[in-house]
Amino acid sequence: MFGNILIWFVIIPIIMMAGLGVCRNSSMNAIRTVMTVCSTALLGLAIWLCVDFLGLRAAGETAEMLYTGSWMWYAPLNIELAVGVDGISVLMILLSAIIVFAGVFASWKINPLPKNFFLWFALLSTGVFGFFISIDIFTMFMFYEVALIPMYLLIGVWGTGRKEYSAMKLTLMLMGGSAFLMLGLLGIYWHSGPEGHLTWNILEISKNGCIDPSWQRLLFCLTFVGFGVLGAMFPFHTWSPDGHASAPTAVSMLHAGVLMKLGGYGCFRIAIYLLPQAANELAWIFIILTGISVVYGALSACVQTDLKYINAYSSVSHCGMVLFAILMLTQTAMTGAILQMLSHGLMTALFFALIGMIYGRTHTRDIRQMGGLMKIMPYLGVCYMIAGFASLGLPGLSGFVAEMTIFFGSFEHTDLFHRSFVIAGTCSIVITAVYILRVVGKLLLGPVQDEHHLQLTDASWYERFSTVTLILAIAGIGCFPNWINETIQHSFVPIIESLTQAAI
Amino acid sequence: MDITLPILILAIPISMFLILGIGGVKMSRKTAGVLGILGMGTTLTLAYTVAFTYFFSGDPAFIVDGVRQQLQVFDVTWLAFTDTLVVHLGFLLDPISAMMLVVITTISFMVHLYSWGYMEHEPGFQRYYSFLSLFSFSMLGLVVATNIFQMYIFWELVGVSSYLLIGFFYKLPSAVSASKKAFIVTRFADLGFLIGILLLSFYTDTFNFMELTHNPEGVLASTGGATFMGASVLTWALVLIYVGGMGKSAMMPLHIWLPDAMEGPTPVSALIHAATMVVAGVYLVARMFPVYLMEETALLFITCVGAITAFYAAVVACCQIDIKRILAFSTISQIAFMMVALGVTRPGLHDGMGYMSSMFHLFTHAMFKALLFLGAGALIHAVHSNNYTEMGGLRKYMPITHWTFLIGCLAIAGIWPFAGFFSKDEMLTAMFANNWIWGAWMTMVAGLTAFYMFRMYFMVFWWEENPHYKEHKPHDAPWQMSVPLIFLAAVSCVSGFIPFGELVTWNRLPYHIHIDPQVATTSLIIAAFGIGLAAWLFMKRNHKPAAMKNAMPGLWKAANRRFYWDEFYMFVTHKIIFNIFCRSIAWFDRHVIDATMDGFAKVTQKTSVAVKGMQSGSIQAYVVWYFLGAVAVAAITWICLL
Repeated sequence: MFGNILIWFVIIPIIMMAGLGVCRNSSMNAIRTVMTVCSTALLGLAIWLCVDFLGLRAAGETAEMLYTGSWMWYAPLNIELAVGVDGISVLMILLSAIIVFAGVFASWKINPLPKNFFLWFALLSTGVFGFFISIDIFTMFMFYEVALIPMYLLIGVWGTGRKEYSAMKLTLMLMGGSAFLMLGLLGIYWHSGPEGHLTWNILEISKNGCIDPSWQRLLFCLTFVGFGVLGAMFPFHTWSPDGHASAPTAVSMLHAGVLMKLGGYGCFRIAIYLLPQAANELAWIFIILTGISVVYGALSACVQTDLKYINAYSSVSHCGMVLFAILMLTQTAMTGAILQMLSHGLMTALFFALIGMIYGRTHTRDIRQMGGLMKIMPYLGVCYMIAGFASLGLPGLSGFVAEMTIFFGSFEHTDLFHRSFVIAGTCSIVITAVYILRVVGKLLLGPVQDEHHLQLTDASWYERFSTVTLILAIAGIGCFPNWINETIQHSFVPIIESLTQAAI
Repeated sequence: MDITLPILILAIPISMFLILGIGGVKMSRKTAGVLGILGMGTTLTLAYTVAFTYFFSGDPAFIVDGVRQQLQVFDVTWLAFTDTLVVHLGFLLDPISAMMLVVITTISFMVHLYSWGYMEHEPGFQRYYSFLSLFSFSMLGLVVATNIFQMYIFWELVGVSSYLLIGFFYKLPSAVSASKKAFIVTRFADLGFLIGILLLSFYTDTFNFMELTHNPEGVLASTGGATFMGASVLTWALVLIYVGGMGKSAMMPLHIWLPDAMEGPTPVSALIHAATMVVAGVYLVARMFPVYLMEETALLFITCVGAITAFYAAVVACCQIDIKRILAFSTISQIAFMMVALGVTRPGLHDGMGYMSSMFHLFTHAMFKALLFLGAGALIHAVHSNNYTEMGGLRKYMPITHWTFLIGCLAIAGIWPFAGFFSKDEMLTAMFANNWIWGAWMTMVAGLTAFYMFRMYFMVFWWEENPHYKEHKPHDAPWQMSVPLIFLAAVSCVSGFIPFGELVTWNRLPYHIHIDPQVATTSLIIAAFGIGLAAWLFMKRNHKPAAMKNAMPGLWKAANRRFYWDEFYMFVTHKIIFNIFCRSIAWFDRHVIDATMDGFAKVTQKTSVAVKGMQSGSIQAYVVWYFLGAVAVAAITWICLL
């Protein structure tokens, strides 16, 4: 079991928790050492996995999932701990590792209760990594819940503002989504195969392909909505602004950066892949909802005054784009969706990291009370601008590649319905430019608003470290996007196949 | 062709950007300036080598039987959307891209040099040079694009460089809002460009310019005669792509950002907003020209937009007092001239002379407009104001600026033997050949051009001296600034004699230029009339201008306020989109959607509070409930049994 590299993505966070457990509450250095070592190990392992995966693919390994392994967990219900990854999950793991790494440095000076904070943080990462490596939908769901619960405490204890309300709201709404999801997953299980051969394994379910179309419709709606809540799909997105606004920096980073990706990934891996017939039939309903998300989120972001609200609504818009692209059901658009997940994860993490750093200095997130920060903290200002440019889709940064792939992929549909939604979606590039430049103009440029801000200092070394990691990743995707295409190409073959078969 | 030079042409500016951008903080101003200038100087040398080799070496790789060849020096895969639709990044060498290499590197080098003097005392000098390098890189990448998607990539990059440079003085709110406006307006136009590319590439399944332009009939055929709202899909695609060009080239009604862009440092205006980036729209149409020829409607659209813009901008330029704004409107008008020249081009009319003349004008205009902007920079440097009302009589104080500025004005007015005469004459001939209406209309615009340029010239260098000169005597600029002025003035004098028809034509065959005496005489007379009128009105201090202004105050005010386009946009964006749409959506989100979610929570809570009362712990209450329950069960059973 321990020979499988994937298992280590769950084991390392557990070691991290154990290590933290040994540390004394007051010894900040020990806590930091544990976190740095473990998160570096995770990042290294993720990079190694990525390289090794590409190597295997180059060597002609064509199996759908690599590094597979399964261990029976609860025989009466066929629940297994089944792991395996394809190109998409490899990239998601890499993304999570980068953000966990950057998140550790962004919360270098977390106060109070650093040990407890990092314990929950580590538990959250366990859930996230576990989710991405699982191919058994029950374990997948379990890890999903493991990732959600720590959020409640992380926001409720270390948050700011109306933190109890936000924590409760976020958790309840996501749990509501989970309830739908649980029903959907159970439904999938009970129809997953012939009597006596029921299975939770994604590969087997898809191979059996025997879920009745009328059941598929119901289950598709349940699972898509269930995951869609986490992907901030309209009208189930309102946990996002409040939740993000109250969450501490690293939690916002991890939440927007990785947790919201769980939604997109789940929609893709379960709702679309396992229920292809319903996906073909019912995609239009969700295209309308996600299309609304894209424009609606962007327009709402234009009038917000709290930095975190702006980015929360912008996340609604960008994550809406992810689901929108997945629903287009063409390979190019789905590639774009994966790229958008990576891109959004990295740039939103960067945004929230920077907002946290700015808030830590100015003690306000209201853009009306700030101005001219570029002069005072040029490093943070420049990083904020880079994040902004990535968000509005500047070539050379990740957002552009993702959006373009989505648009070109979605445009393959020739009917008026799809075309009009794609064109509405493209409008978001203008609206994004409006709200990003509005914030940049008010926050960073112009005259200094508050005399007290003149004494503030620029970023410290750990803050620089955290942001540089993210910026390098953003620029890396933006300048050399094709390797991602090559990594994930294979993963679409079975999905597209099952979709086309279902269409016949 | 060897790929080293082309790669270096792109690599040097981008590495300068990174070096100066990241390491600039630690550098002294001098190091940064010298690095920037040296970098651009090297790029200039390399670009000249490439262009001259291309045009004059006679190598069979570049010219076969008199036809200049198009070649992709390199073309690497960047991103594969599908198996067939792949984005490449490459370097396309053909007459127009070689010409643009020369234009961009020349002006950019002059601006680098000039800025050393002009920006000497400004904070952020290193940052300024790094942005200039970023811009040069993006613009070079744009003109050598082998495919329309690469062009779009660099199109966005020049947009962001322009944003950064307009907002260079970022502590000034006016600069911040001008940069924001420039970016958003051009972004809006780019939306059209993007949809155009989506449409075009959907039908043709390629982005490559050579594939598109070498077989325009195939492009037309690939759409299979599909139409949308009465126009063919190809027309839609081409018009939408042109909308992108309208944004960058400031055609009406997307021109509003360019005058405000003058908030940036003056050398930046010379480089980006006069000579290079703003002609990207013209370049785009020229690049796709064979495809545009397939759709008469698209060309007509280009011509009409150009003709209206040219006239509008010329009228507005007559009523501005800020010299940079006058130059900005003059730029809009001149670019519109090039657009009209492209729009009227047909292979049958003088062998597509309009295309050649448009490119010719692009070249000469870049030189003399950069000269005028740099001259204006020298004036602003000396007087510390942008308004001509603070100037006057400067010819005695600043002789170099005066003479070079005069050459620039004569060139733009189209006086023989300066550069503008030749290119403008060719353009007018091409317009008359298409339809006399275009010719006559644009000749009138040419007359207005001469008038407003000399109005400015006389107001600045003649008229009456400003009394402040006694306290603060204006003087010519330092050598870093004078050298570019003199060089560009020299180019403006001689570049009209370049045998442009031999080098750049629409079908890449040589074409022999001959001056049409009729058109030349007419345009000369009209230009001379415009200059004469300006001299009569503005040479010496008098009351005629004020009297004219008072005679028609409404018109003057409207033209001075640019016919209220900005107010109109402000109304639409702020009052309607921002206040009505965005605010109501934000309100809806909080008070309807979120309130519904909160409502669920409240209902749950209320219910549990209500139900909780039943668990009171009081035995009497339980007995009552027990009794009532028993009666109810009995009653129900009885009813059922009946």
